[in-house]
Amino acid sequence: MYSITVLQPGMYTTIQDGGRFGYQRFGVPVAGAMDPFAYRLSNLLAGNPPGAAALELTATGPTLRFEQNVVFALAGADFSAKLDGISLRPNSAHFAPAGSVLSMGGAVGGFRSYLAVYGGLDGQQVMGSRSTYVKAGLGGYQGRPLQKGDRLCLLSPSQGMPTMPAGLPARYLLQENLPECYRNPSTAREAVVRVLLGAQQEYFSKQGLDRFFQESYTVTGESDRMGYRLQGPRVDRAIGMEGNILSDGVAFGSIQIPDNGQPIVMMADRQTTGGYPKLGAVITADLPVMAQLRAGEKLRFLPVTLEQAHKALREQQAFFHSLEETFCAASEPQKREFKILLGAEEYTVEVFSYPQTGEKKGASIG
Amino acid sequence: MEAMQTRLVFCGDSAVTLQFPQQISQEINRQIRWFCRELESRPVPGIVELVPTYCAVTVHYNPMVLSCEALQGYMKEILSEIELQKDCAAALPQGRLVEIPVVYGGEYGPDLEQLAASHHMTAEEVIRLHAGREYLVYMLGFTPGFPYLGGMDSRIATPRLKVPRTRIPAGSVGIAGEQTGIYPMDSPGGWQLIGRTPLLLFDPNRPGEEFLLQAGDRLRFCPVEPRQFETIRQQGWRKIK
Repeated sequence: MYSITVLQPGMYTTIQDGGRFGYQRFGVPVAGAMDPFAYRLSNLLAGNPPGAAALELTATGPTLRFEQNVVFALAGADFSAKLDGISLRPNSAHFAPAGSVLSMGGAVGGFRSYLAVYGGLDGQQVMGSRSTYVKAGLGGYQGRPLQKGDRLCLLSPSQGMPTMPAGLPARYLLQENLPECYRNPSTAREAVVRVLLGAQQEYFSKQGLDRFFQESYTVTGESDRMGYRLQGPRVDRAIGMEGNILSDGVAFGSIQIPDNGQPIVMMADRQTTGGYPKLGAVITADLPVMAQLRAGEKLRFLPVTLEQAHKALREQQAFFHSLEETFCAASEPQKREFKILLGAEEYTVEVFSYPQTGEKKGASIG
Repeated sequence: MEAMQTRLVFCGDSAVTLQFPQQISQEINRQIRWFCRELESRPVPGIVELVPTYCAVTVHYNPMVLSCEALQGYMKEILSEIELQKDCAAALPQGRLVEIPVVYGGEYGPDLEQLAASHHMTAEEVIRLHAGREYLVYMLGFTPGFPYLGGMDSRIATPRLKVPRTRIPAGSVGIAGEQTGIYPMDSPGGWQLIGRTPLLLFDPNRPGEEFLLQAGDRLRFCPVEPRQFETIRQQGWRKIK
């Protein structure tokens, strides 16, 4: 029994979850969501636990028809989503009745977004994960990006879960309520991405590292889920440190510098090991910033300490915890009923008030 | 065993890499295997996974569960135990010996004849040198299940093809420089192909046995006849032997 039909696939839409861990020693890339923040936010808005599989949308979103009643949430870049022609705000959860069509345009203020459905998307689970790794054809929907006519299945919410996530009308977030670094960037501004030095940093000259942090880099067109190739000032090697290293482990965000001196930031589909020397890595809390950049956009790197990197990650955790609490508190709305007469017809209007940030009211007419 | 020169470095904020002396050696490989075995025998919450390579181990961890300081403490503790251990080789069971049946030459190894000619050898001599010794699986990487092997006879070392092939079938056995290897999946590549194995190095449909090889295994190529290729593929290698 399928629940969603793909009318248009979008540019590169894949099923992703938190990633396929435990097999890096066998050379299997982790894959998983490129922007772990927006991915988690989409699940939280949809009422899911953090690891549920979702759709990762890239550059141009898909058009989908819901074949059953579905609660879904979008988080990340703004794809101008419309449900049966009615605009939806980004970072919000919605109820889609059977037969309704969700259409999207191009991404604004970012490059990727996540569509989570209440209960979670189904998809081939391979080695503990539903993440699609296209190069090896693993997981997700037949190990590939979605195509027109594909039919997706949903998992039902786990036992004991309500048929709908609590407080649905209040499940949204305004831009100003997002942590500052994850707000949709204005394209005029350079992104700032924090870096923890390490790995083979001794391969680079002091001057090379100084320039890396002082000047800005541009995302090139040769960037994908595997890595971002950047263009900018050459990161020079220290004297006598030419060539490659004996391949060693690579992390999400590792910054490799090949002989041409141009950085490559390793992303979700990265190889597990690599032979280019690494000067360090983008901190985990800033991977979402990196993942929202597209070709032509500029960024700057800022060195931080391990303590600062972990503090930023703790703040991100704290944000999710407080958001979870807010949604729980919002699940008991204040309800007021009004009866109104329109001509001969009498309507009952229920007004719900949620103790939440942002706009305070949602209304439904019954 | 002598005290080793090791170094712990950050590999981002969620992984640390323990670097051993930067050289390819069986002794360092043994120490790395020992280290991984010891660290994995301790139930440390927050360790995500270990990635052993030629001369380093990368430990991926969740910093919201395990502090980097505590992790480094565990790692240093194991290192000091390794240094106390008189004979690492004796204390560590030898890696498994895995036999890889290979059909050499013909359509299975289209570069064999020319490669042999370039070394002024016959194809049989190349096969004898290639199959006549044990290799060590130093690490896996590059693509799922791809083994980095050490120990090839330098007399058959051959440069890569000038023009890489766009598609090399899974199981192809090739030579590139001083290295020999097996392609786990159909992929493009420039290795000189001398044979092909019917075994699947990576099969996601074998739950629990997705990978034929692991780091530390010993490996031996066994020449088989072309007519055996399909039989081995269908019935498995152990039964055929």
